[in-house]
Amino acid sequence: MAKRSTPELNAGSMADIAFLLLSFFLLTTTMEQNQGLPRRLPPMLEQEEKERVEIHRRNILQVHVNSADRLMVDGKPMEVQLLKEMVVTFIENPNNEETKPEKEDKEVKGLGIQKVSKGVVSLQTDRGTSYSMYMAVQNEIMKAYTELRNTFSSAKFGSEYNKLTEDQQESVRGMYPLNISEAEPRDTGKSKKKK
Amino acid sequence: MKLKKKKRGGGSYSSSSMSDIVFMLLFFFMVTTTMRDEEIMVEIKLPEATEIAKLERKDLTCYINVGTPIIPLQSKYGTDTRMQLNDSFKTINDIRDFVAAKREQLSEADRVKLTIAFKMDLQTKMGIVTDVKQELRRCQALKISYLADPPKK
Repeated sequence: MAKRSTPELNAGSMADIAFLLLSFFLLTTTMEQNQGLPRRLPPMLEQEEKERVEIHRRNILQVHVNSADRLMVDGKPMEVQLLKEMVVTFIENPNNEETKPEKEDKEVKGLGIQKVSKGVVSLQTDRGTSYSMYMAVQNEIMKAYTELRNTFSSAKFGSEYNKLTEDQQESVRGMYPLNISEAEPRDTGKSKKKK
Repeated sequence: MKLKKKKRGGGSYSSSSMSDIVFMLLFFFMVTTTMRDEEIMVEIKLPEATEIAKLERKDLTCYINVGTPIIPLQSKYGTDTRMQLNDSFKTINDIRDFVAAKREQLSEADRVKLTIAFKMDLQTKMGIVTDVKQELRRCQALKISYLADPPKK
């Protein structure tokens, strides 16, 4: 049989094709990772079960933002930057003051019975409040909770909240549950809506 | 001792490994790519926040874009704040169908994990944000995320 010489494939153009594909993917790629503040909305209550949950006055921190983006905390005007400290001392209540939230004994997963603050941050906005102000306030409140959780987890587990295992994180979350209650927004500027 | 002198060839080298390198790059980009799935028709500048977390899974996320229409569309749609779902401007009442359609695509187990991402311009008024939230509560889509940018240093 005659020896057939296999013709060599010219691989030079292969790179060109690959480059073409590569540049296509380069152009269509979006590397941006979306980041955001995760939240859970409360479920919509049916009309019948719309009984109000009674919360003691001392357990509520009232945060109002009006239509001019002014912040008012428990009746006093305040800068956004100071809100974090306010929330931290409110939830922590280090001196067990009468006006700050009480603590109840609660079963926390992995930690047994612990004293958990009953504090709730009530956030009320106006229909005219800007989204950026709302996010700034939400972020400040979240910062406070992060600080509380970090302090606790450093003392208990020796590292920051982010570096804990799932189970440990759940315990820390049980100690400091994120209690933000958002009331229906008011419509101060215009006619009052009945809901 | 006599050293064998190598003959130096002039300039030609094998370029066959070039394609390997390029393919490697190609696969990297193919894996990391997410296609731009929708054209944004509203001007959105996200607010800044520090306590943000990454969205876990993109296929379980649907976006609600709120902002003023982009300049080429302003002659047609005006400069009022509008809401964009998928590829068109919609109203609050369309959210129900939008969420239902998204749920339909997901498997039974994933439906509860559906996250609604709020992609909203920082100048949006809370009125519309609240309307969206109320409608989402009515649709039982309770997992939301307010998209934000990390602050620039």
